[in-house]
Amino acid sequence: MNAPVLSRRSLLLQGGALVVGFSLSGRGASAQTFAPVATNGFAKPVAPDRVDSFLALGADGHATIFSGKVDLGTGVETALSQIAAEELDLPLDRVTVVQGDTALTPDQGPTYGSLSIQKGGVEIRQAAATARARLVQMASERLGIPADALVSQNGTVHPKAGGQGLSYADLVKDGRLDLKVDPAVKTKDPAQFALVGKPVARVDIPEKMTGRFTYMQDYRVPGMVHARVVRPPTIGADLQGVDEASVADIPGLIKVVRQGNFLAVVTEKEWAAVKAAKQLKATWSTWEGLPEQDKLWQHVRATKVTKDDVTSSTGDAEAALGQAARKLEATYDFAIHTHGSIGPSCAIAELKDGFLTCWTASQMTHALRKQLAAMTGLAPEAVRCIYVEGSGCYGRNGHEDAAGDAALLARAVDRPVRVQWSRADEHGWDPKGPPTLIDLQAGLDPQGNVAAWSSQFHIPEGAAGNVPLVAASLADLPHETTMAPGNIIGNSALPYAFPNVRTVCHRLASTPFRPSWIRTPGRMQNTYANEAFLDECAAAAGADPLEYRLRALKDPRGIEVLTRVADLAKWQARPSPMKDVAGDVLRGRGISYVKYELNRTYVAGVAEVEVNRSTGQVRVPRFFVVQDCGQIINPDGVRNQLDGNVIQTVSRVLLEEVTFDRGAVTSLDWSSYPILTFPDVPEVVINLIDRPSEKPWGAGEPSAAIVPAAVSNAIFDATGVRVRSVPFTPAKVKAALQGA
Amino acid sequence: MAQPISLDVNGRPAPVSVDDPDTPLLYVLRDDLGLHGPRFGCGLGQCGACTVHVDGQAVRSCITPVSSLKAGAKIVTLEGLGSLDKPHPVQAAFIAEQAAQCGYCINGMIMQSAALLNETPKPDETAIRQALAQNLCRCGTHQRIVRAVQRAAGTL
Repeated sequence: MNAPVLSRRSLLLQGGALVVGFSLSGRGASAQTFAPVATNGFAKPVAPDRVDSFLALGADGHATIFSGKVDLGTGVETALSQIAAEELDLPLDRVTVVQGDTALTPDQGPTYGSLSIQKGGVEIRQAAATARARLVQMASERLGIPADALVSQNGTVHPKAGGQGLSYADLVKDGRLDLKVDPAVKTKDPAQFALVGKPVARVDIPEKMTGRFTYMQDYRVPGMVHARVVRPPTIGADLQGVDEASVADIPGLIKVVRQGNFLAVVTEKEWAAVKAAKQLKATWSTWEGLPEQDKLWQHVRATKVTKDDVTSSTGDAEAALGQAARKLEATYDFAIHTHGSIGPSCAIAELKDGFLTCWTASQMTHALRKQLAAMTGLAPEAVRCIYVEGSGCYGRNGHEDAAGDAALLARAVDRPVRVQWSRADEHGWDPKGPPTLIDLQAGLDPQGNVAAWSSQFHIPEGAAGNVPLVAASLADLPHETTMAPGNIIGNSALPYAFPNVRTVCHRLASTPFRPSWIRTPGRMQNTYANEAFLDECAAAAGADPLEYRLRALKDPRGIEVLTRVADLAKWQARPSPMKDVAGDVLRGRGISYVKYELNRTYVAGVAEVEVNRSTGQVRVPRFFVVQDCGQIINPDGVRNQLDGNVIQTVSRVLLEEVTFDRGAVTSLDWSSYPILTFPDVPEVVINLIDRPSEKPWGAGEPSAAIVPAAVSNAIFDATGVRVRSVPFTPAKVKAALQGA
Repeated sequence: MAQPISLDVNGRPAPVSVDDPDTPLLYVLRDDLGLHGPRFGCGLGQCGACTVHVDGQAVRSCITPVSSLKAGAKIVTLEGLGSLDKPHPVQAAFIAEQAAQCGYCINGMIMQSAALLNETPKPDETAIRQALAQNLCRCGTHQRIVRAVQRAAGTL
């Protein structure tokens, strides 16, 4: 095992001050070797208003940051280190981050919604600044020098005038950092930043590149056994019988575990579990509760609406539509998508002395802890979830479900159990980004401006929350019965100042698959419809799509990202579509804009596309993006996120769609659910706007929102044909071209 | 019945015992030898996360039965390619380009690229993209990966 070990012995409460000694032999797995909190009385505070919940200063001059937000492969571990080191006046290599351990880290909410820096980082910054202020105060008292004559630097506080200082370790030895986080604490002047805003190299990358990193999938626990789950062949099938003799020849078989419709095999070695899962004979009832895929949108339209969320209402859209000089209507749809993690989900659970420990790549260990407690009947205090980084998840994928599987199995076999999902488990059983159907109407005034805008989003009810665990549902153990698709009403309202607007989300009582948030949930699909339909208005008005947007945009930061992306892409002002097109391959460009959730990060993008007229094949050779997320912590990390959002979303809009029959998902591997590959990956050209004196906003999601409409708009520009159904497959594009 | 097999992994003899001759090399490397470089991604040879070198060739270890390896076959994993102190030029280039997000696919990217550069020391960008066409990345790190291979080839 090659994992960092924060052992029980190294975590001592010394004279009330938490002093942490580290033995760090590798990254990728956080503290893990000691027993659950309730048994050992270890009292690391985790309350979100205490400084020592967030950080500990070691006797060796190192600081340990305890972050409830976790690095899902986005580089946030490095960015959080930068924030903490900056505020503590420590070199970066003297800061280590422990992530997502329910016994050690405060609950800062799930790692979703592009909030790790905006919320998590800001909280750590406040805790660190509070700590630094206290250290200076303590030094002032010890040295008899006024605090304002002292300066903190490189882990010591010393007189500005020169002379002997005191190290942080010296200072905390004499007293506790037992104080409340001061939300009004003066944080460092951005003009003094030495680390924040710099493209610091990621702390995890060397080990990832040399095979020295420990992912969740690599993690091992002494005495551990291996399991594979055997999912029902259809989502609603009941397990009628299991022929255990069918796996009797599997070497090292420990147990076939059956509880309700939950079925799994547990073996000594991993390959034996793979074989046993394949070989096990079980009989299941038939179930055909899914809609026919080719009637999905009729199904969505016919689903019962439980409530309407009116997300914006200005003027009288209905009346204005009636009076408009010209009226436009269109319907957009966005298919059911999966997360598509390259590493299928994996977790380990151990039940010992009435305490459950779960090692998991969950983006929400604190919430998972409660789910596992509810499922097993244990008190939450008897459950500890420890984050170990896994494959990127891009939302709520199967990591939590694998944890549920492991917890159930650990109880069944009384040994630590590692559950590794197969590719088909991940593609078939991770929760899905639900189908999104959007109807839009616009009324134009005689000058072609939008006088009225009305939109209706048909999306499942529910918000962010706990997605029910598969194991709990199958085994009929306590679990949530409400849907949690994420905050999918975001960006249904518009960032433009139109006189009459009404945007309504019809919340549906059900959706074909267990929903959850995929990266940029709702905000991606909604922005796609809004920004593509706005392009239809611009075309109807005979206006340049950029100029048309700027007419109705009053926000200077929004105007800046749009004009800068136009410069970057060498945008030529003219209406779409192109005129006088010739040849088999048509080229076009499209623009798109979002103010994320209408209250933070601004992004604008330009897609360039090539459309093959005879095959309907669309390529996106280049994509330009300009983002203003306020204060940038690590510009290289932000660029990496923008690359990722653009490429992943181009993949989504050109290729991706979960397929299914009446019983289950049928796109169970990478040939039936293809994603974009190297030959077709666009060049992403990025321009960042850094505003060091502004708040830091999220960068992990917003830029995905602008991609689908930019591509749709570019296809229209190239061909004069509007595609309104994601994915824009060759068959759909060809049909649209032939219908034109 | 457990059968002893002698493998040559990262330049060292690696005696292991397998219950089933069909056991894919990936499981032997990860579970018996404790290696972290080769990764389980699909078990179908579709994504490339499990790639290792066998006698210098990039091979998908998830669909390579351990019994199919020729006696004396030299297996190299990401760990054997280079270390933190002495990274292989391709690893060093990937570090310099910061060419990872979650990094789960990166083993395959590096092993496939190192095999490419052995055969074709100066591939152009199209050749690099073609050589990696069967290696999947979901985070969208492709541009940096291509640049890293170009850097390793000295063509950046």
